[in-house]
Amino acid sequence: MTNSINELDHAQVILVSGSNTTEAHPQVARRIHDSVDRGARLIVVDPRRTDMARLAHIHLQLRPGTDIPLINGMMRVILDEGLIDDLFIEMRTENFFAMRDHLLRVEVEEVAALTGVREGLIRQAARLYAQAQRSVICYCLGVTQHVCGTANVQAYANLAMLTGHVEQEFTGVDPLRGQNNVQGACDMGALPNVYPGYQPVTDAAVRAKFEQAWGTKLPERPGMTLIDMTHGPTVWSERPEAAPEPVRAMYIMGENPMLSDPGIQHVEATLRDLDFLVVSDLFLTETARLADVVFPAASFAEKTGTVTNSERRVQLMHQAIAPVGDAWPDDRIICELAGRLGYAMRYGSPAEIMEEICLLTPLYGGMYHDRLRSSWGLQWPCPDRAHPGTPYLHKYSFTRGRGRFEPSGHVEPADPLNEEYPFLLITGRAYHHYHTGTMSRRCAALTREHDRPWIEIHPEDAARLGVRRGDLLQVRSRRGSCTFFARPTGRVARGQLYCDFHFHEAPVNALTVSCSDPVARCPEFKLCAVNAVPVEQREETGEVM
Amino acid sequence: MRQVMSVCCYCGCGCGLYLLVEDERVVGVAPSRNHPVSRNNLCVKGWHVHEFVHHPDRLSKPLVRRGGELRPASWDEALDRAAEGLAQVKERYGPDAIGVLSSAKCTNEENFLLQKFTRAVLGTNNIDHCARL
Repeated sequence: MTNSINELDHAQVILVSGSNTTEAHPQVARRIHDSVDRGARLIVVDPRRTDMARLAHIHLQLRPGTDIPLINGMMRVILDEGLIDDLFIEMRTENFFAMRDHLLRVEVEEVAALTGVREGLIRQAARLYAQAQRSVICYCLGVTQHVCGTANVQAYANLAMLTGHVEQEFTGVDPLRGQNNVQGACDMGALPNVYPGYQPVTDAAVRAKFEQAWGTKLPERPGMTLIDMTHGPTVWSERPEAAPEPVRAMYIMGENPMLSDPGIQHVEATLRDLDFLVVSDLFLTETARLADVVFPAASFAEKTGTVTNSERRVQLMHQAIAPVGDAWPDDRIICELAGRLGYAMRYGSPAEIMEEICLLTPLYGGMYHDRLRSSWGLQWPCPDRAHPGTPYLHKYSFTRGRGRFEPSGHVEPADPLNEEYPFLLITGRAYHHYHTGTMSRRCAALTREHDRPWIEIHPEDAARLGVRRGDLLQVRSRRGSCTFFARPTGRVARGQLYCDFHFHEAPVNALTVSCSDPVARCPEFKLCAVNAVPVEQREETGEVM
Repeated sequence: MRQVMSVCCYCGCGCGLYLLVEDERVVGVAPSRNHPVSRNNLCVKGWHVHEFVHHPDRLSKPLVRRGGELRPASWDEALDRAAEGLAQVKERYGPDAIGVLSSAKCTNEENFLLQKFTRAVLGTNNIDHCARL
């Protein structure tokens, strides 16, 4: 997030896109509700009529996968009506003329036809967003999990720059991060192309710094992304010559790609084919079952360490109890493994590891545990011990200097609808569970509230198929099939289905496509073409025939 | 009853909360009144975040595959076997034949160590996590 969660309190216009905030980020939703109570205007861009959409003053219920034309349409209106921020564009951005020329070829009527959103609503939303002093955009995986995810994000960035809605308190562009420490895992360089603090592995000076600190030669070539590892060469079917050599061994710490990754048939084949697999986790997950060695790991309550939330706040968690059973915290496991492989890693405590992070990572330069212990955490960038942290970003300049407008056009989804696969399936998270359910499905209260894989279907589609609430519905895509319990609801539009991916009984990623965005390699989880067939049940036994 | 300050382990909001500890067991959760995100509130997942900690399904011993089955083993045996397996693949196919997945559920310190392990010990940049999922 460029800004802090609490800054939503004072926004005048909040544009929420591709985020089921109420269920996936309840505290952010709480701020949005409070803000609306105090008079803020809410615009929601979502194909579904989520709780947030029902609260919205304007709901742009777009056809899935048409974010770019919708935003282009809004920007055309802003341009035509003279609502652009000339001074901001002049001082802080580049490539504006290309953007303007691109927008002048966009017709709002055509946008309305393509997105399925009424022209009047597009115009209204554009004016509302542009005219306010403090407008903020919150987006989530509904924007990024598309084959054009990067271009989608750029479209929202273009909109914010065109109207100067960045660089200040209470405005900005806020991606809501999913996992409790997904921000931190990125910051710490658990990525194939960067060291901690986004320092590129290809930069010789950076590499020399880390080689000196760690006393060893480091690899120069960027590594493979998760999808490349778990899918092997299958994701490169269009360009087999560019495909990397498949991996032969994997070490997986606290992840469950057997449920969370797209096209799980490929994931399973890859993991089964490995010469060697090591998994460290709290539970015997679907992934751990395939391993050669499984380490029992300590949970968050059993260790001390920091996590970084969506607003870049680095916070300290304190160990509450000794590890359960014979579990070890992952840092201890890694150090022991390193020692056995001939490289000494010795740290007296997590605080000492953090000291090494501070020395090597300018972004985290002042994040010492003793500072975090006596505060609610610090927001990066925090370059040194005296720095108070940074509640909002890009005050005088962007990371790259000037903000660059990147014009883009509509990109068709990867998995087209046809007569055989007439429904569009959208996947996401539910309020009571989390990710692959490894933890949340072992909480009695959460399971009581939500115990089975539901699929949302429009009441008219349900009536046409003859399914009622609770009936079994078999959903099939070009890749696989799963069975869900039907829940007819107006939350989804006609011709669309929605389900979560928390249940291993209905592994929805057997259905999804592995196609991903060419830049970010984010898979197109949000869209795939499916058909749906009611499953016949014997009345008396309830047994599936 | 002891109260220990921690951070919720589910979503990216990062709510500050207290784990309530009695007899070395986490028995409950309370929100932090003054924490800038939680502001004395938690969602349903946060209120029940302690329930999985002592779940009987928790792995309590390392497991090593022997004769096609995962069987309990000592830490030394499991660590030796893991180090040996990784070293063999590295020797036979080179460091880039090893892939490492880190975790958005682990701490910054653990993520830092795992990427250091991958780059400095294994000798590859093949490290990623579920940021895109």
